[in-house]
Amino acid sequence: MTTIPSTKEKSEELTSSEHQHSDHRLFGLITFLVADGMTFAGFFAAYLTYKAVNPLLPDAIYELELPLPTLNTILLLVSSATFHKAGKALEAANSKQCQKWLLITAGLGIAFLISQMVEYFTLPFGLTDNLYASTFYALTGFHGLHVTLGSIMILIVWWQARSPGGRITHVNKFPLEAAEIYWHFVDGIWVILFIILYLL
Amino acid sequence: MGGIWALDNLNLLPVVASSNAPIYDELFNVLFVIGIILFVGMTGLVIYSLIRFRKKPGQVGDGIALEDNLPLEIFWTAVPAIVVLFVGLYSYDIYERMGGMQSLSTNSHDHQSMNSEGRVWGGIGLTSQDDIEKNSLPMINVDVTALQFAFLFNYPEGEIVSGELHVPRGQPVSLTMESKDVIHAFWVPEFRLKQDVIPGQPTVINFTPTKTGKYPIICAELCGPYHGGMRSTVVVEEPEEYQAWFKQNSKQKEMEL
Amino acid sequence: MSISLPPATENNSNSLQPTGWLRFISFSLDHKVIGLQYLVCGFIFYLIGGVLAGAIRIELLSPISDFLARDVYNQVLTLHGTIMIFLWIVPVVNGAFGNYLIPFYVGARDMAFPRLNAVAFWMIPPAGLMLITSYFINGAAQSGWTAYPPLSITTPAAGQIVWIVSVLLLGGSSIFGGINFIATILKLRRPGLKLMQLPMYCWAMLGTSILVVLSTPVLAGTLILLSFDIVAHTGFFNPALGGNVIVYQHLFWFYSHPAVYIMVLPAFGLVSEILPVHCRKPLFGYITMVYSIMAIVVLGLVVWAHHMFTSGTPPWMRLFFTIATSFIAVPTGIKFFNWVATLWGGRITLNSAILFSCGFIVNFVLGGITGVALAQVPFDIHVHDTYFVVAHFHYIVYGGSVFVIFSSIYHWYPKFTGKMLDEKLGIIHFVLTFIGFNLCFAPQHWLGLNGMPRRVAEYDPQFTLINQISSVGALLMAISTLPFLWNILYSFIKGEKAGNNPWQALTPEWLTTSPPPVENWSGEAPLVTKPYGYGEKNSDEGSSPITQA
Ligand code: HEA
Ligand code: HEA
Ligand code: CUA
Ligand SMILES: [Cu+2]
Repeated sequence: MTTIPSTKEKSEELTSSEHQHSDHRLFGLITFLVADGMTFAGFFAAYLTYKAVNPLLPDAIYELELPLPTLNTILLLVSSATFHKAGKALEAANSKQCQKWLLITAGLGIAFLISQMVEYFTLPFGLTDNLYASTFYALTGFHGLHVTLGSIMILIVWWQARSPGGRITHVNKFPLEAAEIYWHFVDGIWVILFIILYLL
Repeated sequence: MGGIWALDNLNLLPVVASSNAPIYDELFNVLFVIGIILFVGMTGLVIYSLIRFRKKPGQVGDGIALEDNLPLEIFWTAVPAIVVLFVGLYSYDIYERMGGMQSLSTNSHDHQSMNSEGRVWGGIGLTSQDDIEKNSLPMINVDVTALQFAFLFNYPEGEIVSGELHVPRGQPVSLTMESKDVIHAFWVPEFRLKQDVIPGQPTVINFTPTKTGKYPIICAELCGPYHGGMRSTVVVEEPEEYQAWFKQNSKQKEMEL
Repeated sequence: MSISLPPATENNSNSLQPTGWLRFISFSLDHKVIGLQYLVCGFIFYLIGGVLAGAIRIELLSPISDFLARDVYNQVLTLHGTIMIFLWIVPVVNGAFGNYLIPFYVGARDMAFPRLNAVAFWMIPPAGLMLITSYFINGAAQSGWTAYPPLSITTPAAGQIVWIVSVLLLGGSSIFGGINFIATILKLRRPGLKLMQLPMYCWAMLGTSILVVLSTPVLAGTLILLSFDIVAHTGFFNPALGGNVIVYQHLFWFYSHPAVYIMVLPAFGLVSEILPVHCRKPLFGYITMVYSIMAIVVLGLVVWAHHMFTSGTPPWMRLFFTIATSFIAVPTGIKFFNWVATLWGGRITLNSAILFSCGFIVNFVLGGITGVALAQVPFDIHVHDTYFVVAHFHYIVYGGSVFVIFSSIYHWYPKFTGKMLDEKLGIIHFVLTFIGFNLCFAPQHWLGLNGMPRRVAEYDPQFTLINQISSVGALLMAISTLPFLWNILYSFIKGEKAGNNPWQALTPEWLTTSPPPVENWSGEAPLVTKPYGYGEKNSDEGSSPITQA
């Protein structure tokens, strides 16, 4: 039996070293993402119910164009891949490569946000115009919020991986891994959102 | 025993005044008896154990080391399962007899202020198609509008608008209800019927009154400060009286001149 | 303060955590401190919610609206419901006992995420204060704890928005707590301890936390949409703008039905801990208990529309929800029969803890039976939104959860403080509460069946007498709080010393000092593989649950 550590910090470390392959912080993060996913599930369910039972009011305008959102989907999918590259680079202790890929990922995220803004400003309807418009903005807006947070997280991770005394190295990978899982989650949500909002 | 006594001697439910109220009371009695048996049984077991197995002065040591008993556990899983299955099927049957499972679109409501998409939900207490045919009496259609804090009853045939609902005894009535503002609910305890009245979405409720008298119509959904005061009356009259009331109030009267 | 101070090790000296009683009003990371913070904070909100209930019962003494103005009455009942659910039952059965007991039960020194844990607790007092002060400033929300639109959109916006923000905070707190419990139970278990050896409360909390994580976010999303409707005039739930009010109800109940199991599953767990100790018998049917908890979790997620039988749902939906709801009686029944079997053949000490637990069994069975009745569509159509429903859920939330909380306080008070509670006062408390409770809520079944709707400040004069009887019951309940409070305070100062394990219990929290040191055990965490190893055969060898590792 291991000896008893005396502070919280130590006991946390102890347990994580006991379960080396299943760090409980990652477990906590995934549980949180399940919860977050349920919020989206609620929104999706509401949207689909509206579609099934609430017809568009006679003179309401609700039309979506495909090109921009398709571009957005590609941006996000590619960013998932680049983030994966960053993770791989960190594992190989190649900090330079890792930073490069992180920056690219953040750039793609920001490009997504800009393109989303462009879409918002070119759409023929506003937030309160009709039910579908409201649902559209609520859903994409809530997702956009996630992308914004994610991009900020990536930049922080990049900053910490960059500075020589930074906390993120191939020994302490957790922040990068956490951000990566979160980012994949946000991408996954987008794909569902894209299918439900734009394709259905 | 106590339960049966209570059923007979206490007024657990209000007067029976519609054709589905006796069906309701039948279900109520069954649920009541099952409930009393379960409750008395469980309470009895708990009290008995507390007395019988309490620690007497001078006793030391633990109770018996009983941890499980498969047959017993199967028994008390299966019995409640059978009971609830029975209750479920039985209440489904009751619901069917009340007309709750009728498809609304096949009924005689298409003449009314329905949404263009035909999105009408609700329909408890729908008299079944058979009933209507057997009984050959035409359905009385009334449009109900609920608003903070009143009900308005509109008889399209006689162009009557009234604050009270008048209906003849023995004839099926169909209410199509819609709210002007928030959600209300139409409830007549003596009919054992309730249906929410929803803005933007008509709901339907059907019933056949069987006993003359005046019964309260109660709004049962919180709808604002005066929710408690949002009441009206349903007057069940003999058909002749109803006809008289109808004649007196309808617009057609003037046309007859 | 008699809480023993942590052993002064070198590591502790550089910790910034305050010591002594100051810990209890600080951002402490100790799970035991957080647990007691939840408990005390929750109890204060219970008293506030109880005063509001008192106001309701005083108003209902007469059939006219006299004591409270009509809109004030609606504010009072909204606050009463919201406070009792979100600030009393949920934080106490989950947060308080969960935080205090779970780390002991899994053999850990703290929760998986101590900081998140403290954050979760500290979200509660501001949320509660906000909710209550809104009453004095602009008037509180007045559309019931269900906040159905369009009513909640058309009533004064300020109060409703405060209500939404505060429920969002409380929901967030509850999600953080849930994540922490899941991680602690699944990830922090002491090596060598198997899942199927955990005390039942762990299973109850695991099930509850799964429900919290899956359903609370949906409520959060829904309330965000509702606040858009109020503030930005969108039309999600506003039919005038093309929206749909029924969608709100589905989303709301998708959370709020599981919420009732969030209020009661942990209570089930606590009873499963208390009964074996005072009956000196193993918990009957451990394995079926575990499976029935999981069955309740799964079924609990698919029955929500039984609250909407009169909302105009399609017939097939009503049928499905009737059957699914009724079937919850089966796993719940298994638990109740197991408890009775636990009593059977025991050596029962008739103390306050066991009395409250048995009171819980009796009350809950009645509440459950009326619940199964309500699940039958044709039955519900008559009694929906009446006092029958009010009676149903008070039998469960008060007769069930609150009774269990009292029972647990009697059981664990010696652990929390090292002092015994006075038994005589405890039994007076039980008798008064039990009589008062039944006097208050049993007559309400009749009121509902005979035509009294809920949420009304004025009612048909024919119901006056029964309402007055009910109010007398509420008064008894209020009085019953006095011996309890006195007992808690007096025993804290003057109570008999309890020793470490006054009940000779075998669960791990008792295998350390009372109150326990900061990191729970001064030595290694014991490996408790048989938390319910009571019973004759074991007692010869002196019952010991511990397998030495
Ligand atoms: C902790 C809280 C809690 C719990 C555990 C329950 C448990 C149950 N509830 Fe309750 N309920 C509420 C809190 C709770 N409820 C609240 C707050 C409301 C009102 C909300 C509002 O509108 O404001 C409500 C409303 C409510 C309704 C809607 C009523 C209406 O508005 O019209 C229904 C309908 O189906 C219902 C059903 C049930 C059922 C079937 C159970 C079952 O889980 C009960 C199962 C238990 C037993 C059955 C007893 C033990 C079993 C046995 C001894 C075995 C043998 C039994 C049989 C064979 C029957 N509840
Ligand atoms: C979840 C827990 C919970 C608990 C514990 C209680 C406890 C009590 N409830 Fe509550 N109640 C709800 C949850 C709860 N309730 C909910 C969710 C609603 C629905 C709200 C809605 O419709 O939106 C409701 C609604 C509700 C109503 C219906 C209101 C209406 O529809 O118009 C009534 C009426 O009698 C009532 C009464 C009581 C009483 C008398 C108590 C008592 O048990 C309280 C006893 C405790 C005390 C009395 C406190 C201690 C004493 C003192 C501090 C001394 C001072 C006391 C006095 C001045 C009397 N409650
Ligand atoms: Cu209308 Cu209540
Ligand atoms: Cu429910």
